Amino acid sequence: MIDSSSLASRTKASLDIDEAAGIFRVARSNYVDPEIFRAEMENIFSKCWLYVGHESELKSNDSFEARRVGGRPVIFLRDKQGQIRCFLNVCPHRGAQITRHRSGRARNFSCIYHGWTFENTGKVRLVTEADTYSSSFHGEGRNDLVAVPRFEQYRGFWFLNYDKQAISLHDYLAGAREYIDLVVDQSEEGMTVVEGVQEYSARANWKMLAENSTDVLHVETLHPTYLDLIRTNSGGTMVRGKLNGGGVALGQGHAVVEREATYGRPVAQWISLWGEQAKVEIDQIYSRLVAKFGQDKAHRMATRSRNLLIFPNLVINDIMSITVRTFQPVCEDYMEVSVWSLAPKEEIGKPAMQRRLTNFLEFLGPGGFATPDDIEALESCQRAFAAYREAPWNDLSKGFGAPESHPTDEITQRAFWLAWQERLCGKGAG
Amino acid sequence: MGILSSVTRSDIETFLFEEAELLDSWQLEQWRELFTNECTYVVPNLALPGDTPVDGVLHLIVDDGHHLSERVKRLGKKTAHAEFPHSRCRRLITNVRITERGESQLRASSNFITYRTSQQVTDTYFGQHQYRFVEQEGRLRIIEKRTILDIGSLRPQGRLSIIV
Repeated sequence: MIDSSSLASRTKASLDIDEAAGIFRVARSNYVDPEIFRAEMENIFSKCWLYVGHESELKSNDSFEARRVGGRPVIFLRDKQGQIRCFLNVCPHRGAQITRHRSGRARNFSCIYHGWTFENTGKVRLVTEADTYSSSFHGEGRNDLVAVPRFEQYRGFWFLNYDKQAISLHDYLAGAREYIDLVVDQSEEGMTVVEGVQEYSARANWKMLAENSTDVLHVETLHPTYLDLIRTNSGGTMVRGKLNGGGVALGQGHAVVEREATYGRPVAQWISLWGEQAKVEIDQIYSRLVAKFGQDKAHRMATRSRNLLIFPNLVINDIMSITVRTFQPVCEDYMEVSVWSLAPKEEIGKPAMQRRLTNFLEFLGPGGFATPDDIEALESCQRAFAAYREAPWNDLSKGFGAPESHPTDEITQRAFWLAWQERLCGKGAG
Repeated sequence: MGILSSVTRSDIETFLFEEAELLDSWQLEQWRELFTNECTYVVPNLALPGDTPVDGVLHLIVDDGHHLSERVKRLGKKTAHAEFPHSRCRRLITNVRITERGESQLRASSNFITYRTSQQVTDTYFGQHQYRFVEQEGRLRIIEKRTILDIGSLRPQGRLSIIV
């Protein structure tokens, strides 16, 4: 057992920051210590806004999706009146899951264990042998499904918070809202999640995927086989070179790396592999963006890529395709990853959708040309962190305190860790 | 009489055993030659029915001939880090059946278990391979292969870095 004050001192000591010397280091014990993991579940995953799902996943009234968010089982649903809600997936009676399906349609949920039944508004409909309970037992709302304490959305992305006292989602998202807008505004008709979630895992601490998702320093060394593929696909026009752009801290631990895209983008940067007809379509999309947003913003939306981390565990990467990725820590050395593809609704049934999905699968997901190597690197780190006593520090100093920033500086990772430390130790820590 | 009308279940079984051997021994360029140039290799989304169409759905792998060749090239490189050093794999192929015999094509399926060991961790993949064969230059060639995994999610496997 350790008490909270010693945890505070351990986590305080777990970053080594010396700005004058340009040193920013993270203790490797942070990735392996079960006490730290427990503290994260209390201070981060019970206090921060956590991504649940996108409104488009609930296609019609009575649709539901069951998932795990912050270690708890939840049901994300659109009720019979069309309202989007989120409940804990646990029966108020004796605790079985209200649904054991991963998704589907249901107007009512009936518990398999003793038969208690609930409307998808959460209201209890049937208590088995109700007349054998005291009359006060059936008090208003007493036996309804338990809603998550806070549930709010920004532009169709729904988040929950297990802390009733939390600041609003709008305020929490801070500077990340601009980057969500840059994604959502690419569509005329709104964005939709493409059917099919990729569910995989990594035998690694969850924080490494937060670090990795906005890390562009590793692309040349970890993903040369992907770079070879895009060079082939683009007829040699997409070449390695200087990545113009860089990382920005967005507040609350959120961060983004924005830079010139070195690959085709469905909205809107053409490559030769897609053919001449696609060039016409992409030019039209580009012109529409210019008409709506002006030359500068259209150019930014179309030809730059953005790796966005929303603290603690949501990534929206608007890169060769748009991926929405969330990762749930299970224990200090294992996480579950869920990934969706986001697309403009107007692409449904069009060749543009196939370009988007091909682009996605070339890089992303457990069968892609890059993601398996990311997983390999993360797991390799986790294995090697067993040496944390003798080799205690991870280094994130690149560009720290430097007068000029470089696109591959570790700005976003440092922003993540500073927010992590503040969450675990309080303001002014470190 | 073409090969498609005369080929037996046992012939298909032999073909699939030899395919598994090429994959087990990492002879991936020879494995690619079992396919026609233009072909498809699909691993559908694990959360959806195995016969879910390709269009408009996020799957795990949807390779055309170009991408399958590129996948083979990738796996031959030392920089395909997830598979270098190569994992050791053994593919068990069973329940081989011819499911449809047409004039221009033949469909067959097999059930499989693939064991993969890397970094002293062993993962198991199981499911069904579904093939569409055509005849080319007097030989059977795969024009389409769909590998349906029945593992629900890639947890704890985490990756699909091999040709299962």
